[in-house]
Amino acid sequence: MKTHVEARNVVKRFGSTVALNGASIAIAEGETHALLGRNGAGKSTLVSILTGLQRPDAGEVLFSGEAAPALADRDAWRRQVACVYQKPTIIPTLTVAENLFLNRQTDSGMIKWRALRARARELLATYEVDVDAEALTGDLDVEQRQLVEIARALSFGARFIILDEPTARLDGPAIERLFVRMRALREQGVTMMYISHHLDEVYEICQSVTVFRDARHVLTRPVADLPHDDLVTAMTGEATVAYESRTRTPGEKVVLSSAGLTLAGRYQDVDLSVRSGEVVGLAGSASSGKVGVAETLVGLRKADSGTVVVNGARVKPGDVPAALKAGLGFVPEDRHHEGFVPLLSVGENATIPIARRLGRFGTVSPAKRRGKAVQLIKELDIKTEGPDQPVGDLSGGNAQKVVFARALVDDPAALVVINPTAGVDVKAKQALLGAVEDAVERGAGAVVVSDELDDLRICDRVLVMFHGRIVKDVPRGWTDHELVAVMEGIQP
Amino acid sequence: MTTLTAPAPRLRLGRFRDLTLVPVIVLLLIVGAFLDPIFLTTGNLTNVLQQQASISLLVLAEAMILISGKFDLSLESTVGMAPALAVMLVIPATAGGFGLGLPGMLVIPLCLLVGAAIGAVNGFLIIKFQLSAFIVTLAMQIIVHGLQLGPTEGKTLFELPESMLYLGSATWLGLPASVWIAGVLFVAGMVGLGYFRVGRSLYAIGGNSDAARAAGIRVDRVLWGVFILGGMLAALAGVLETGRLGAVGSGQGVGWIFMVFAAAVIGGVSMDGGKGTILGALTGVLVIGLVQNILTLKGVSGFWQPVVYGFIILVALMISRVAGGKAQD
Repeated sequence: MKTHVEARNVVKRFGSTVALNGASIAIAEGETHALLGRNGAGKSTLVSILTGLQRPDAGEVLFSGEAAPALADRDAWRRQVACVYQKPTIIPTLTVAENLFLNRQTDSGMIKWRALRARARELLATYEVDVDAEALTGDLDVEQRQLVEIARALSFGARFIILDEPTARLDGPAIERLFVRMRALREQGVTMMYISHHLDEVYEICQSVTVFRDARHVLTRPVADLPHDDLVTAMTGEATVAYESRTRTPGEKVVLSSAGLTLAGRYQDVDLSVRSGEVVGLAGSASSGKVGVAETLVGLRKADSGTVVVNGARVKPGDVPAALKAGLGFVPEDRHHEGFVPLLSVGENATIPIARRLGRFGTVSPAKRRGKAVQLIKELDIKTEGPDQPVGDLSGGNAQKVVFARALVDDPAALVVINPTAGVDVKAKQALLGAVEDAVERGAGAVVVSDELDDLRICDRVLVMFHGRIVKDVPRGWTDHELVAVMEGIQP
Repeated sequence: MTTLTAPAPRLRLGRFRDLTLVPVIVLLLIVGAFLDPIFLTTGNLTNVLQQQASISLLVLAEAMILISGKFDLSLESTVGMAPALAVMLVIPATAGGFGLGLPGMLVIPLCLLVGAAIGAVNGFLIIKFQLSAFIVTLAMQIIVHGLQLGPTEGKTLFELPESMLYLGSATWLGLPASVWIAGVLFVAGMVGLGYFRVGRSLYAIGGNSDAARAAGIRVDRVLWGVFILGGMLAALAGVLETGRLGAVGSGQGVGWIFMVFAAAVIGGVSMDGGKGTILGALTGVLVIGLVQNILTLKGVSGFWQPVVYGFIILVALMISRVAGGKAQD
């Protein structure tokens, strides 16, 4: 097979950090090639070099054996390579049509809007994207926005597409639809590089895989010849076993319960109860209302009717401080928005809930805070320069650990975690799940809301929601197939 | 997913978003007509337009800068400083100038050049040096005003070359020349930002500058151009204002920037960048101009008028919050 895209001995430094240290990758024509590595392995840097956004300090990039275009020639790059970046590269305040033809609305002279919209509709139709060309892009959902980006990427005529964690923010059915699309593109001979933290996706959609570790190339192999464990070993550099959830016997005391929770359009009649020493999962598709229920439990949302009881005390609806005071800890869905204050230090972020106990008369004693923070950093194994480093500087997994630290700092009786392992790597994932189980062993009751089946494996039982109702209580020991069938409403 | 639903033709409110202030303008015209018989006369309305002509150029400049996601507070100082400096370069030392003996014809080009230079300095500090636009232009507002006060020693310049007075005082086809100039520039702005790639790139940069860069837009160059153009528009506003008043006072332009922001924001230009139109900004200017006129006709004390303007801004924000539905930062 001919090599379509190649990077040879690429070196890239940012100040004193070496992001890529003589890394290479070769992707054959027409294959879907996975690029794996833990956070900080150099994947994102390789993407920006392969797409011509950054110049390598040394080494070269070849497309079909020919040297890559000059960095300033964006159009030439875009004819070679298209990329769906992790961060959205659309302009939310402009229409879909204009985003599709951004900076090429016209060759010269005035823009003919009617013609532009017609071209946009044609382009969307070609790639079977069911989106209104005149809608504001900011109003689209994540899946639609991604499809618009894919259509735009392909419209330059590139035969090589990079997909940088496209599934990170999609739910199950949307991921399936994306895969159907990717297979169709592959049949048309399009070469793809696929980046993901989900190894099962790699086995499902890719033919070969390259692993980067610590800014270097580790291996390239056909997916079929590489067992799961070997892949994880290559990524982490040490043999790690898959996460083993622990067994335990839940206590009798109910620490978190709800009765008749209803919020119009999101969920109806949700009754649940979590005992001390028990982990209860909440599963379902994106529209099932599971996140809405969890956010109501912690007070981020206010239900139309129904009650929430935390640790024996009935909590005022929609009042986060009251829920925290009653003994609840929580990890919100989007850590960047609700989880931490990026410019504040690790120590400060982790101790916000207990600030009142770190000093008198509204003051906060820096020494006490530091002490507590150092302890939390050690307990959760947060990789940081120390309690004074701003959380914004940490990698995704470590930032999430800080969010966990904040949830756990007050030894909560009840813990609610939403998508705890979103966008974190294998080892961080295990540490975070371990932290939930540790808290439960100390006597807390936990609710784990997640799109990841792996996260739900630590649960003693999983409540499955469908269209806003709890439809099934699945005890431990389920298979993926069983659970997904219930989540999709295929099987009652 | 292979289904392709044809987008049903439906009324798009988005298209009329620029015109949300039109009912307000109509309402003000009706209210004004009832309150004072003079209000709805050609003479009075022409007067409103002429008074707003120079500030409207600042609104045009600020709207473009805001749409590109940046900020410029220094425009108001340029309104006084650029004409003052240009005039001093051409008038004799006895009239308060530098006595360089440059021909009077050069005064307007010199003035625009000064405005462009101020914009270029802003652009350099904000884009190349990557400083905060808010603080840079705040400092520049103080410096530029100081550069007018220093050489003039706070005095008003009365002896102006003929060419400096012409644009702000002439009448073309029955309307003041300044109204024509502002009108033409606004039309150019609307067409430029609505129908040309470079104009659309302002929206792209203000909406998501990384995405704009990835799409091949020369973000730095465009932004720099916007700052320079902004400075030149402010200098031109200074020329019109000087012609209207017949002198360059030390306080020319001082305090305008608040009204400029108010007009742009109630006209629908977002402070977060990427949103708003030149037409919307124009309606914002007209609303403020009409309110000002009505208040003056009714004899409301100039000392009390700021209270009314402040309230107008708040009410406009509340209306757009209710209509737009999204929380504002």
